[in-house]
Amino acid sequence: MKKLVLLFGMLVFLAACNQADDLPVVVTGEAISVEKAMSQELPEMSVYHLPATWTNQDAQEIQLEDMRGKVVVMVMIYTSCKSACPRLVADMRNIERQVPKEYLDEIQFVMVSIDPETDTPQRLKAFSEENQMTDDHWMFLRGSEADTREFAAVLAVSYRQISPIDFSHSNIISVFDKDGVLVHQKEGLGVDSEETITAIHQELQR
Amino acid sequence: MKTIFRLAVAIAVMIQSQTFGQSESMVKIEGGSYLPLYGTEQEVVVGDFLMDVTPVTNQDFLEFLQENPQWKKSQVRPLFADSNYLATWPSDDSYGANLPSAPVTMISWYAAKNYCEWLEMRLPTIDEWEYVAMASATRPDGRQEAGFQKTILGLYEAPNTYKNEVGTTFRNYWGVEDLHGLVWEWTMDFNSIMIGGESRKDSAGGGNLFCAGAAVGASDVKDYAAFMRYTFRGSVKAKYAVKNLGFRCVKDLPADQNKN
Repeated sequence: MKKLVLLFGMLVFLAACNQADDLPVVVTGEAISVEKAMSQELPEMSVYHLPATWTNQDAQEIQLEDMRGKVVVMVMIYTSCKSACPRLVADMRNIERQVPKEYLDEIQFVMVSIDPETDTPQRLKAFSEENQMTDDHWMFLRGSEADTREFAAVLAVSYRQISPIDFSHSNIISVFDKDGVLVHQKEGLGVDSEETITAIHQELQR
Repeated sequence: MKTIFRLAVAIAVMIQSQTFGQSESMVKIEGGSYLPLYGTEQEVVVGDFLMDVTPVTNQDFLEFLQENPQWKKSQVRPLFADSNYLATWPSDDSYGANLPSAPVTMISWYAAKNYCEWLEMRLPTIDEWEYVAMASATRPDGRQEAGFQKTILGLYEAPNTYKNEVGTTFRNYWGVEDLHGLVWEWTMDFNSIMIGGESRKDSAGGGNLFCAGAAVGASDVKDYAAFMRYTFRGSVKAKYAVKNLGFRCVKDLPADQNKN
């Protein structure tokens, strides 16, 4: 038995080693920077290569690529969540408050639902009003279950439905450059958002 | 008379299998409810579905690549596959020294998902996969059977089994093969696993990284084999290509055949 534990430990360790070259996230709460390439062509690592179509809080159909040209700050939530999500939303608002007003046209704050069945456009709309997030730079998205799963895979966000109304999920705020390349991720609740804000500023200056 | 009866049974069985409109490469799984190792304190309900008897092979995957060249190793986007993708294939159009009927491995979750979608199928969910995997050769739930866990753990200990051909381990109650002892397999929602103390999150202990993270404790610590599978799923990312990680597809039954 001991041998098996050891063997498995090694297996996980080896798998981790193999991935070391391109594993961008190292430690929780630390900033990551992914090398980016600027060009007219969509960069290889752009999430805008994902073919999915999403629906926003105004029931309009959206392709992620529609946001190209803006810096995107993204988080995955569900509106019936009572524990972590309100804090995540508060973190997002806190970040928004620190972006100078003249830049707000160049930035998009996006909340993607992990509970698309419950989070209809109407529900997302109501949520945005309750939270006073009705300005154009706030966007709420829902997609199909498969597309949501795929998007979470790109963001390394884990989530699982644990009861009819509740999900457990990882709390990660992600920043994308104007071409949809992931440039920064921060995991945890109520953590210092200074690095996230620095990353946003850097991208806005480009 | 006996012979005629047998013949009639044989024909009936044939007709039965015909009505699924499937080749024998898939078998029907009768749904049910069970308590998975992780993620819930209540039993989960799994519906009826069809599952591939064996994992997808190198030859199968080569055919997929011929029709979907965007998944060839020279063309795949780095967003969807890391640098290990099909690393043992000498070229875009050859699996080289790998056996044609060995399971394809070193493929990312995206590639596996797209393969299944190409055939109008999908990857199984963890709950579906684990539901089928708890079957022994004779029972839909063999977890309490003497020696079953031990047999599986024994299979897990054999090295380099990913090089073997599919169909070389045991066939379970449902007629599904190779769930244990050949390769690990991608699932649709592999990224629903949140295990505290996973390598990259060790430093923070997972305290406030997950909403409702405490709800994901193990239900049966004796099921060490399942623990290994869940931990492995929690350690991979969608673009990883790993040499002992393959996949198989499932298919929902048409609505009118779902009642039975």
